[in-house]
Amino acid sequence: MSEGNMNITLKVWRQKNKKTSGKLETYQVEGISEDMSFLEMFDVLNERLVSEGTEPIAFDHDCREGICGMCSMYINGQPHGPLQGVTTCQLHMRSFKNGDTIVVEPWRSVAFPVVKDLVVDRSSFDRIIASGGYISVNTGNAQDGNSLPIPKDDADKAFAAAACIGCGACVSACKNASAMLFVSAKVSQLALLPQGQPERQDRAMKMVAQMDAEGFGSCTNTGACAAECPKEISLENIARLNREYLGASLGSTN
Amino acid sequence: MSNKLDAKIPEGPLSDKWTKYRSTVPLVNPANKRSLEIIVVGTGLAGASAAATLAELGYKVKAFCFQDSPRRAHSIAAQGGINAAKNYQNDGDSVYRLFYDTIKGGDYRAREGNVHRLAEVSGNIIDQCVAQGVPFAREYGGLLSNRSFGGTQVQRTFYAAGQTGQQLLLGAYSGLERQVGIGNVTMYTRHEMLDVVMIDGKARGIIAKNLVTGELERHFGHAVLLCTGGYGNVFYLSTNAMGSNVTAAWKAHKKGANFANPCYTQIHPTCIPVSGDHQSKLTLMSESLRNDGRIWVPKQKDDKRAGNDIPEEERDYYLERRYPAFGNLVPRDIASRAAKERCDAGYGVGASKMAVYLDFAFAIDRYGKIEANKKNMHDASKEQITEMGRAVVKEKYGNLFDMYKQITGEDPYVLPMRIYPAVHYTMGGLWVDYNLMTNVPGLYALGEANFSDHGANRLGASALMQGLADGYFVIPYTIGSYLSSEIRTKSIPTDHPAFVEAEKAVQDRINKLINIKGKQSPESFHKRLGKIMWDKCGMARNEKGLKEAIAEIQALKKEFWSDLRIMGDADEFNPELDKAGRVADFIELGELMCVDALNRNESCGGHFREEFQTEEGEALRDDENYMYVAAWEYEGESKWNLNPEPLIYENIKIAQRSYK
Repeated sequence: MSEGNMNITLKVWRQKNKKTSGKLETYQVEGISEDMSFLEMFDVLNERLVSEGTEPIAFDHDCREGICGMCSMYINGQPHGPLQGVTTCQLHMRSFKNGDTIVVEPWRSVAFPVVKDLVVDRSSFDRIIASGGYISVNTGNAQDGNSLPIPKDDADKAFAAAACIGCGACVSACKNASAMLFVSAKVSQLALLPQGQPERQDRAMKMVAQMDAEGFGSCTNTGACAAECPKEISLENIARLNREYLGASLGSTN
Repeated sequence: MSNKLDAKIPEGPLSDKWTKYRSTVPLVNPANKRSLEIIVVGTGLAGASAAATLAELGYKVKAFCFQDSPRRAHSIAAQGGINAAKNYQNDGDSVYRLFYDTIKGGDYRAREGNVHRLAEVSGNIIDQCVAQGVPFAREYGGLLSNRSFGGTQVQRTFYAAGQTGQQLLLGAYSGLERQVGIGNVTMYTRHEMLDVVMIDGKARGIIAKNLVTGELERHFGHAVLLCTGGYGNVFYLSTNAMGSNVTAAWKAHKKGANFANPCYTQIHPTCIPVSGDHQSKLTLMSESLRNDGRIWVPKQKDDKRAGNDIPEEERDYYLERRYPAFGNLVPRDIASRAAKERCDAGYGVGASKMAVYLDFAFAIDRYGKIEANKKNMHDASKEQITEMGRAVVKEKYGNLFDMYKQITGEDPYVLPMRIYPAVHYTMGGLWVDYNLMTNVPGLYALGEANFSDHGANRLGASALMQGLADGYFVIPYTIGSYLSSEIRTKSIPTDHPAFVEAEKAVQDRINKLINIKGKQSPESFHKRLGKIMWDKCGMARNEKGLKEAIAEIQALKKEFWSDLRIMGDADEFNPELDKAGRVADFIELGELMCVDALNRNESCGGHFREEFQTEEGEALRDDENYMYVAAWEYEGESKWNLNPEPLIYENIKIAQRSYK
């Protein structure tokens, strides 16, 4: 099946499982259309591998519309590839040229062990949320939604932080494999809203403690995380997390 | 008409049913809750909200999802909003009006009792989400903002830009993870349910596969909740996530749960058109866009001019022409059929001619002028107005416009969007009673996985409402009517013969799949199934096509089981094997959908039989013979028994649905 005229050389990380070591394998893919998404190119390659009797390349993906956060390819040294504000699944082949060589690796972090090929284990993110990334409100306790006016600006900022899709690109982009952008997005969202105030200090302390326990590195403010974030989560959130954490450590909310 | 199924709708006046029932449903005391175990399969809006809420109540919960995290469930991709009868806009909304709109929108094929309950709890959902920190859109005064959706004339839709599903799911997910942290929920990610375990006629657990290691696991539960979403991926191309599947619901069906109204599928009118054979999925452009976008095609057939070059008087705003009262905001089934009608008649646009325009030029101009007035710019230039107007549109729909541009390579701020209908949602699903229990005792279905609230067509922004209603505010009460009689049942050890047998059957099926060792990939079978379904059981169906489809699906099934090729082994992470199992179930479901569509000799909502239409091409119902829920009981390969559940309307006057 050939739909276009792009020919691409792919170098893809293959690794059988967590226990074995992996290596880059080279594949030629031909007849690629520029309207294909990057993952559809992988679909084409995988179908060919199956027909040749070779095991297809395992990669994580689900919604393919840039919102579930499941896709996670490290493309030519950049998480989610060359475009800003775009996930791997929304990257299209028109962003590449005929004849290009593209290197595709999994996320790289101690806290994200490889499951197989390009698939990694990001359950550490869930454990960070479970440690305190919520407002403790049981179902049935809520008052009327409009009884708590929230300035539009605060609501908009909280929304911008809440747009994080938990993909882990920030960690993958960071030379220290720090999860500060991810943690700060959730801490910021809830710290900006009145509902989040009662647990504000406790939340920052607990989430940071869990982040450290998972083996993520420290933040040295290089900003690669925000530059590579497909949802353009701002570095301001990290500054806010630092303030929250310091305030909580000193026992003040300011 | 035989009626084996008891919907258990409480007696009494419609508006008192739920209040009264809720106050009399048997309770389980807190100490007993701690020894009752509940399995929740799926962690979308319905599953996550149910698992969190049941754990808060004190039950021991085990939750399962096939993704790497519960936050990835496909509810996350819902864009436009969630309905609630708050009447914050003072525009005449009420619980009754939401109830009425939903019944009418569903083309009079949903239960009154269930839908009224849904409307009653809708307001509580918004309150709960706000309390969790869901950042809904707000006005400058700090209060919640609303917009309109199809099939209604009030503004009752709450939203968070074009990412409402994401924000609601992250709210439910945070509640779920909080219970995981506390230890009330045990979370199993990358696990897929592959069977229900039945003991003495009751659902008592599941067999799940650990997708990382390939190991099969046995899990006991006093009750099992399937919150596993819809089956739109039977069409291969749909707006569903790649992993969305019918497997859990289908296994339940084969263990005795009736599958209701499988032919009711929703084709969403505004999706990005197919660009080629490589296409792996379709992307929705939210219905909220129809608040501001106007839909049109050229008046002239096969017009080759670019959209912007076609003058106003040569455009046909066909929805505004045909349905002046609702205009571009007619319900989805009607908008989809109207687009298909224009394209089939030769008026389509774009290279494939299978698209219509969704145009924002008017909205940009209108908003630009309002902004100019706000800023006292009384002699603003056209360019200034356009620029300000684009900024307003960007704030409302920015992420959708970005997505469109990324996928098509065209800028929708400048050129009208090209859109075409695509499979989006399935109204059919496991049959459930008022308690959300299937006809199998102890086995429940919530959210899109059940059939209960949307009749033959779902209104926009009502899927999020139903998923969260079921999980936060319905099941926590109704499950008491079953579990209160289970307090003496001790946990059943998983070496019970029923577990052993169920696990063996699952293992045998996996071995069978792996050992076919044929030539064709699971993906290729899925594509072929999708084509049969779309061509013959899609937006329009007829008797001849459906009969052909059934024969073709049966042949495809034979081919699948004799020529499938799965690379890799069973005892490792193997997405090919997982996909093969899902495709096998989709093939069987596809046949049942055609059987159901063939049985229903009428058109209603999303089910359009070409033989049954009015002179104006509208759906022609047959209330005399088909005002029932078609619940199908599995009786063996390609054999089903129909158990109709009559629909009784005591409050709403049945009429031909009109949006003119």
